[in-house]
Amino acid sequence: MTPEIQRIATLAELIGPARHVAVGAASPIPAAASWLARARHGTRVTVLHDRRQNTFTDGARELFDLAGQGRIDVFFLGGVQIDGAANINLVGTGDYPQLTKRFPGSFGSAYLYFVVPRVILYREEHSPRTLVERVDFVSAPGTSPPETFRPGGPTHLLTGKALFAFDREAGRFGLAARAPEESVASLRAQTGFAFDAAADVPAWAGVDAATLETLADVVVPALRASYPAFTDRVFGAVGAG
Amino acid sequence: MITTVQRLADAIPDGALLGVPPDYSGVAMAVTLELVRRGARDLRLFCLPQGNMHVDILVGAGCVAEVETAAVTLGEHGPAPCFNRAVESGRIVVKDTTCPALHAALTATERGVPFLPVRGLLGSDLLKRRADYRVVDNPFARTGDPIVLVPAVRLDAALFHAPRADGDGNLWIGRRRELATLAHAAERSFVSVDDVVDGSFFETETKAAGALSGLYVEGIALAPGGAQPLGLGDHYEADAAALAAYARAARTEEGFEAWLERALGEAVVARA
Repeated sequence: MTPEIQRIATLAELIGPARHVAVGAASPIPAAASWLARARHGTRVTVLHDRRQNTFTDGARELFDLAGQGRIDVFFLGGVQIDGAANINLVGTGDYPQLTKRFPGSFGSAYLYFVVPRVILYREEHSPRTLVERVDFVSAPGTSPPETFRPGGPTHLLTGKALFAFDREAGRFGLAARAPEESVASLRAQTGFAFDAAADVPAWAGVDAATLETLADVVVPALRASYPAFTDRVFGAVGAG
Repeated sequence: MITTVQRLADAIPDGALLGVPPDYSGVAMAVTLELVRRGARDLRLFCLPQGNMHVDILVGAGCVAEVETAAVTLGEHGPAPCFNRAVESGRIVVKDTTCPALHAALTATERGVPFLPVRGLLGSDLLKRRADYRVVDNPFARTGDPIVLVPAVRLDAALFHAPRADGDGNLWIGRRRELATLAHAAERSFVSVDDVVDGSFFETETKAAGALSGLYVEGIALAPGGAQPLGLGDHYEADAAALAAYARAARTEEGFEAWLERALGEAVVARA
């Protein structure tokens, strides 16, 4: 089983029985996780860059208009940098505006992070370079003062090595699960920010047979239509490997 | 009414605040190359809500002074190399913001109101850098509730590509309503189209539902395949090989110059 399948299964667990998940472009793992949630719970999945799975008719603004009304339950965000307070940076590293390294930009993050109830942060690379003490630029803050209208925000951060749960009251991440080959100590060494951890944080579970079957039967065909190269690489050319 | 891509490019003056759509909408790529050919300067691009290859080309060719956007990227083909170089060397000004704030700025103009409130943004460095945005307390709340006000933006011009125009100068844009927003918020809209058909889209409700009235449109140029190598709805897919070749070439300034020279040469051949 590939790491991607593990990630898909974990994200689907985090999505749980949501009503509506929206997925952005170039996001095969979040898309597959959302389709797995759809197979399990009947979740509505909007894939923004897919004509049929994007049923918005009011142009690019409809995503934000309906998210602002609370009609999207779960969204995924990433970041060039993510810090221990769940601030995310999608703009670049160095001193703004003349950055050392420019990245694309904040997209809808500075809005969706506020209004989507459950935002899942996903960044495969787990290193002091990506998980930093303090982001160079705050595209969107992890928490807000009580007077700020903020029904939404981060719930989890998933990387290739660990799953963190975010405590919105404390404004801190806590280690929820680790890759089997990692320990709390090894994760502390590879994480630029401080986080809470119990003495014995469990390794994340493998993917069960029922999930693999659902992936092969339902998710792989949908995934192949949008991401053929990714699907062949992760699941093999015919089905779930 | 129907003109050429060269005339459209000539009609967009240097220094214009120019609204452009994202790659999934309807990008006037052929006109973009004509802007480069005529040596456009100091354009201020307003991306609704992000820029892609078209923005990267205009920046790389030195046509741009400023970009207001939520992001600039080549999508699955990676970062926008010319844009990133220009930012890192300080050659252009970027007014970074988030998608719904860009929509709000133009929607305010559509509605004829001076600003619109937008949720989110509070506590971000985006807001810190935007002296033109304001934060006020929601006047209808009992206590507090700060909210960002985004001022209306009137574009000097909008430039985009649509599948077709009709004999009366109306456009068919399908559900790409951000193209309508651009046109509504612009003094003048310049549009290239794949074809021009007889009659009027307003003869049937089915066609009228995806139409944009010609009252918003100043100039229409016939440019079959005018969005390529980007895609256009269900009319044609993006040319992935061509986009990947651009992404590779533009990694260096020399590579971009060579790509541009070839692209401009091919555009001349296509016109002949």
